[in-house]
Amino acid sequence: MGRKLLTEHINVPGIDTFEVYRQHGGYRSVEKALKTMTPDEVVEEVKKSGLRGRGGAGFPTGMKWSFLAKPEGVPRHLVCNADESEPGTFKDRHLMSRLPHLLIEGMITSSYALGANTSYIYIRGELLYVLRILEKAIAEAYANGFLGKNILGSGYDLDLHVHPGGGAYICGEETALLESLEGKRGNPRNKPPFPAVQGLYARPTVVNNVESIAAVVPIINEGGDEYAKLGVGKSTGTKLISACGHLNKPGIYEIELGVPVEEFIYSDEYCGGIWKGRDLKAVVAGGSSVPILPKELILKTAAGESRLMTYESLSDGGFVTGTMLGSGGFIAMDETTCIVRNTWNFSRFYHHESCGQCSPCREGTGWLEKVLHRLEHGHGNMHDIDLIVSVAKQIEGNTICPLGEAAAWPVAAAVRHFRHEFEWHVTHREEAARPGAVYPGKAVLV
Amino acid sequence: MESTTAPVKPQFSEAAKAEIARLLTHYPDDRKKSALLPLLHIAQAEFGGWVSPEVQDLVAETLGLKPIEVYEVSSFYTMFNLKPVGKHVLEICRTGPCMLRGSDELTANLERITGAKVGETSPDGLFTLKEVECLAACGTAPIVQVREKYYEQLDSPEAVDAMLNELRNMVHRPLLPWEQTGLQHTQQ
Repeated sequence: MGRKLLTEHINVPGIDTFEVYRQHGGYRSVEKALKTMTPDEVVEEVKKSGLRGRGGAGFPTGMKWSFLAKPEGVPRHLVCNADESEPGTFKDRHLMSRLPHLLIEGMITSSYALGANTSYIYIRGELLYVLRILEKAIAEAYANGFLGKNILGSGYDLDLHVHPGGGAYICGEETALLESLEGKRGNPRNKPPFPAVQGLYARPTVVNNVESIAAVVPIINEGGDEYAKLGVGKSTGTKLISACGHLNKPGIYEIELGVPVEEFIYSDEYCGGIWKGRDLKAVVAGGSSVPILPKELILKTAAGESRLMTYESLSDGGFVTGTMLGSGGFIAMDETTCIVRNTWNFSRFYHHESCGQCSPCREGTGWLEKVLHRLEHGHGNMHDIDLIVSVAKQIEGNTICPLGEAAAWPVAAAVRHFRHEFEWHVTHREEAARPGAVYPGKAVLV
Repeated sequence: MESTTAPVKPQFSEAAKAEIARLLTHYPDDRKKSALLPLLHIAQAEFGGWVSPEVQDLVAETLGLKPIEVYEVSSFYTMFNLKPVGKHVLEICRTGPCMLRGSDELTANLERITGAKVGETSPDGLFTLKEVECLAACGTAPIVQVREKYYEQLDSPEAVDAMLNELRNMVHRPLLPWEQTGLQHTQQ
């Protein structure tokens, strides 16, 4: 059983209150940082920890922090990205609603490191009930002297506010999030300038995922070197995995990075295997935008090595035979799942969520949805299969933000690994169009 | 028939005004526009679950914005209803992980029980059905959101009935925290 750095106390009754959280060692990182460390020393610990952004991109958090511009007399901001919307991902909602003070503690310590005096938590609008939980916890933190003026007598001031979105996946992209926080449509900005130079209100800004900011707490408490001892290679520490789909025990699991995928799916400590005694067909391992892999390739790499839950192992083989850890949104599909229907569903999602700014994405996601719809509903032809691959290719790399890639990758991977299912939808149109219809054969590994 | 009286201009309640004043302190003085999404949420809660053009104009006036700055935002984000809705809006998640656990069947059942198709309101005015994308609750799929509440694991007729009965028996929607504060002030 691996160590739990974030969720160790999550089941303690009343842990969402300041008092109980404090009794369980809460806010120690704030005391340590503000009383014994300079901001640069805090940044240094985070660098040493090897922590990589937990929202999906996996960019080293300490390095992101060190890019923050610090012009004299210009306020800087830390903005927490709590716009959790990647299909298959629900860890941040869980963490914030059950351990609101952990995020607040992480925000204080991180804001201190960055020299920010006003910080925001941008939470997706659908989670207004979590916003209420956070606001209550923030009020408690103010009342106990951990927010506001001269925190713990250190001379450091911080105001922290929660801000709701309005329902838009694209606002999880950091520059769209900043536009949204400024009261505008969530259209991603052209980069450069990057937010580290011109972010919120054109001021230097760092945007970090909820889980990344929460991880700063154990990193400061135990030291970056200690944190880096957990995990494997460049995948240090622990990660929250949102396990869903056809599993016996879907839910949130805090794992030490490096757990074998097979153990994660089948052991009773984690997901307990596939539901209804069925066989596993495929997994989307890191949220809907990462490539889908058939059972054989998610359990073992193409070279036959056991696949591990790490950034490196999951991406072994590139996009030909590998995938990505992404946000840790782990979607398992049993043998009765129709890959064509699932791919159409994801394409409809990306079409719905495209902000419409870039033509390749606005038009391309629409075409992907349309052609996949006709394949799934028994009106497709063989040429359509190459057509969706071609459309996906033309979106990729041609847009301002990564939503283009997020829409293209799942389609390309589904055809790469499950072309036989697409072809079956053309050769057996009537059968395929029936509700619940699934390609009857076994997967053909290419 | 022409109306002889001018339509009544919507006004925020005192509780909402107090909440808006609190929210405005979160942003720099010259960046009031930042409060637009929070204000649209308040407006939608105050004025029957949707934001009419008149309500959006009120939001614009409150923040010192041009009406178009509000319209272009309210039409971008999916949470704001731009047409009248029933008493309860059932927002059914339709994305992959929910589909794997039966959201298609859930939607069909809700359509059958309420008598409304997705995008419509039931004849008794109680329920509006709306399909939405991933609500970040895939581990307890399939799910429906009604205002600020998540109804999870709706994979049995019993669970669906329990949700619908709770909503049918609801006389008033639950008070929001700032409304409760407002109530306390009134009572004092």
